[in-house]
Amino acid sequence: MNVHRTVVTAARVLAQLRADHRTIALMLVVPCVLIGLLAWIFQDTPVFDALGAPLLGVFPFVVMFIVTSVATLRERTSGTLERLLTTPMGKGDFMLGYALAFGVMAVLQALVATGFAVWVCGLDVAGPVWQLVVVAVLDALLGSALGLLASGFARTEFQAVQFMPAFVLPQFLLCGLLVARDRLPDVLHVVSDVLPLSYAVDAMKVVTTSASPGQDVTADATVIVGWVVASLVLGSLTLRRRTA
Amino acid sequence: MMNNAVEIDGLRVVRGGRTVIPGLSVRVPAGQVVGLLGPSGSGKSTLIRAVVGVQVVAAGSVRVLGEPAGSPTLRHRIGYVTQSPSVYDDLTVRANVRYFASILGAPRTSVDEAIAAVDLGSHADSPVGRLSGGQRSRASLACALVGDPELLVLDEPTVGLDPVLRRDLWDLFGRLAAQGRSLLVSSHVMDEAARCDRLLLLREGEVLADATLPDLLQRTGATDAEGAFLALIDRAEEAAR
Ligand SMILES: Nc1ncnc2c1ncn2[C@@H]1O[C@H](COP(=O)(O)OP(=O)(O)OP(=O)(O)O)[C@@H](O)[C@H]1O
Ligand SMILES: [Mg+2]
Repeated sequence: MNVHRTVVTAARVLAQLRADHRTIALMLVVPCVLIGLLAWIFQDTPVFDALGAPLLGVFPFVVMFIVTSVATLRERTSGTLERLLTTPMGKGDFMLGYALAFGVMAVLQALVATGFAVWVCGLDVAGPVWQLVVVAVLDALLGSALGLLASGFARTEFQAVQFMPAFVLPQFLLCGLLVARDRLPDVLHVVSDVLPLSYAVDAMKVVTTSASPGQDVTADATVIVGWVVASLVLGSLTLRRRTA
Repeated sequence: MMNNAVEIDGLRVVRGGRTVIPGLSVRVPAGQVVGLLGPSGSGKSTLIRAVVGVQVVAAGSVRVLGEPAGSPTLRHRIGYVTQSPSVYDDLTVRANVRYFASILGAPRTSVDEAIAAVDLGSHADSPVGRLSGGQRSRASLACALVGDPELLVLDEPTVGLDPVLRRDLWDLFGRLAAQGRSLLVSSHVMDEAARCDRLLLLREGEVLADATLPDLLQRTGATDAEGAFLALIDRAEEAAR
């Protein structure tokens, strides 16, 4: 592990993103548009206050998943990864560099999306808003880390894009948004207890409904961070210096 | 001073279920420019990948600068250029070279030197994705030169370049060898054989010839590299029948 190589890699990934204005705009604007749409659909009903916050966790998660898995897959298919792995670059440096770069994007995205939801769409938040932001950042990071992991199993960009529904939609169905998790059939309840998006959504719900959500959020956040770390470790194991 | 930059014994490589290199033993002397020639699909890139340690090998030993290929200690000492340019299209030439320089711990001044060495000074601030094919491959080469490696392994670095640029690059390779660097360079262009100190001719993953150009010409009675190359391939094909 080498801090310098991690940081220059993160800077390089950010420089690449900066050159791609459209992707940056999509990352920042798409969650806001979706949340705005949701608020509009459910205007004059309490639904937005119930669904707004959980979806504030889900949208950045999905966007970051796609962007990260495609970005790292491009690195694999363009030959730059093969080349990098002949240099002193460590696999962990590479993974952390990506995580750091997309972590910066996650912070930006969370600030913009949360700000938009609370101040423009009037989302009711019982707990402190900063905790909402922190959870949104963690959710976006979780999307990045899972995207990094998923790209290890994709050979083409088509496959990487297909992983979005494969990795994300089942979690979405089971995360408690459609049916409360404790009302799910037993087997599905157990599965939803394992999947990380459930905790992302739980944390968002707690912050919006409880005036002092501290402890519950910390527990959920710990699980999310655990998943982020596990995905990064597993992801770096899928990097092979030697290939056939 | 090592005598050989690369020592390969009994190398066997299987790719996609096919034996691409059945059993190859060869030496690449240090301080020379060694040309790796052979028909398309003969295994040049595969051999190069084995030397830089990114190829899964089925058997045999590959030693590079005295260490097993792929050793962590070699990663500062080898420069590798893949056949298709592996650079970041959305970054400028300078940003690409600077990135590889910081990973390799090369001094900042080496960035502009490497860019100048491949004659891309006038395009240093253009995104690589907006360069021509030849310019992109030179950007890729600059990223390998910037670490000032002891061994440069270059997979067809001169493809798509005009005669003037090719001459300049081969002059550069010659200068690097004169400074004691070792170079293994694959090529399709036969007249470039004349610029190599030594030639390795591959056919179906086997070494057809490992000699200097004058030796090859004498052995085949040909007048140029292309003639010698064709004569050797024809002979091998005759023998195979
Ligand atoms: N990724 C791969 N998977 C499976 N087989 C491969 C792969 N890459 C190359 N091969 C096979 O290995 C053999 C040697 O390929 P290699 O790329 O080493 O040839 P080459 O001499 O570099 O050819 P060229 O001059 O066209 O670049 C070919 O028969 C090819 O089909
Ligand atoms: Mg090749």
